[in-house]
Amino acid sequence: MTNSDINRYKDKAFQIFGIFCTLIGLVVLAVFLIDIAIDGISRIDWDFLTSLPSRRASSAGIYTAWAGTLWILVLTAVIAFPLGVGAAVYLEEYSRKTKLANFLEINIANLAGVPSIIYGLLGLEIFVRQMRLGGSLLAGALTLSLLILPIIIVTTRESIKAVPRSVRDGSYALGASKWQTIWNQVLPASFGGILTGIILALSRAVGEAAPLIVIGALAYVPFAPTTPLDEFTVLPIQIFNWTSRPQEAFLTNAAGAIIVLLCITFLLNGIAVYLRLRQQKKVKW
Amino acid sequence: MFHLNSTFSTLRKSEKIIEGLLWLSATITILVTVGIIWVLLSESVSFFSEVSIVEFLTEKEWTPLFADKKFGILPLVAGTFLTTFIAIAVALPIGLTIAIYLNEYAHGTFRAIIKPLLEVLATIPTVVYGFFALTVVTPFLQQFIPGLAGFNALSAGIVMGIMIIPMISSLSEDAISAVPRSLREAAYGMGSTRLQTAFGVMVPAASSGILVSIILAISRAVGETMIVAIAAGQQPRLTLNPLVPIETITTYIVQVSLGDVPHGSLEYRTIFAAGLTLFIFTFALNNISFWIKKKYQEKYD
Repeated sequence: MTNSDINRYKDKAFQIFGIFCTLIGLVVLAVFLIDIAIDGISRIDWDFLTSLPSRRASSAGIYTAWAGTLWILVLTAVIAFPLGVGAAVYLEEYSRKTKLANFLEINIANLAGVPSIIYGLLGLEIFVRQMRLGGSLLAGALTLSLLILPIIIVTTRESIKAVPRSVRDGSYALGASKWQTIWNQVLPASFGGILTGIILALSRAVGEAAPLIVIGALAYVPFAPTTPLDEFTVLPIQIFNWTSRPQEAFLTNAAGAIIVLLCITFLLNGIAVYLRLRQQKKVKW
Repeated sequence: MFHLNSTFSTLRKSEKIIEGLLWLSATITILVTVGIIWVLLSESVSFFSEVSIVEFLTEKEWTPLFADKKFGILPLVAGTFLTTFIAIAVALPIGLTIAIYLNEYAHGTFRAIIKPLLEVLATIPTVVYGFFALTVVTPFLQQFIPGLAGFNALSAGIVMGIMIIPMISSLSEDAISAVPRSLREAAYGMGSTRLQTAFGVMVPAASSGILVSIILAISRAVGETMIVAIAAGQQPRLTLNPLVPIETITTYIVQVSLGDVPHGSLEYRTIFAAGLTLFIFTFALNNISFWIKKKYQEKYD
């Protein structure tokens, strides 16, 4: 066997290894989703979705958990959307290449790398203690808003950057002011991309348990929240709570709740992917 | 004319107000950083006024919730590093191989299908991975490893590794595909196989980008909470044995948050001291990765 034969075999061997590695993650993902589906699908019925939590696994439901998750989703969106988009517009359209702008940029990149549980400690001290919001929906939503702010800012900046100069120049030539140009031209043109980024950020927020546990969201909340100042729980915390119990029946409950949580995350991600594809087809500058 | 002038001046005024509001939302990001550092430091300062920093760094036991309190962070750091090490040991070879395979071997259509599917791994909530580690991976591994405890660093680490595969593979792939075509073509022109081109030319040329992906993956694994909180146990232990229950820094913070620890007590402050330790690790890792990126990014421009 010549050297080049050996090299060709090595090449083939690596190719097979490459396919193996690429598929192993997907196989594990598939095993995992099937396992969850088998464990949990039988548990999901109307009662499971509409029952309050209970000490008895068979009568416990996820009503308070998914209600809390929806509340958190809406509140976080309402808080994080204007802040994130505002910051991105400022950085992209207004700020000059100063030291401050540079610092802002590094700072945002750094915030994106801070573990979520640290945001929980921030929320615990600032929102729960100092602002006396307690373990309320509002405190949770504020904490998660800060957590996803860097994601929203980065994706919004990308979409604003994609709007060509000529659109702005055209608007200025017609006598529009800077803000009129941004509001009437730049933001509508980049809205698809901004929306995609926000939905992806929200899908991240929906799956977070750690920061909310730290600010004091509880697994056992007997009533669904009705105002932003109510105590709450969310699906990930409910799943965590059920997973940490020794009884088998609670693991089945956890699997059922996981199916609901995954439906929400996949739905959000699906919408984001759909929006992105539509955007790519539509926009040709 | 007068009327027009006043319209302009209100317009100019509202433009200024809007710019001010936008500036405000941008500076909130700085306030967040300041807030994090202030919260962690102020509570940690009170903590270190009661517990000496020498004890914190050298004591080999962490028992703040017991009657006999010991405040050595080392067991939590060891637990964190153990799970992180296992996660990287899983994710690095697989992720890097995927990056090389997709770049040098795979067809365009295969790549277009596989990449979004791999990204699904990164969108699954971590609490779901924790459930998977505890109820599927640990029982599965127990068939082969008789001494494996119900809670252990091994399962948590492996599952965390699976979670961060897409992070390493996509960042490394970006780095490899940024290497100029001419380098690859030169290697092929000299008769190299795809494997030789990949490991002899592409990977070395993209090494800084690959390194950045590894560092960011480590930072992510160090701060990961729910997988380890569910599957790795809550027993701070200064060990490198992956088969027994351990506790990570993040798990400890969750454990205290779930309990009924009064605000202002020493136990309450321990989570901020632990959080500060965690923050220092991730902050250092992230900044090392920025530095590498900045230093080497323009190599081929």
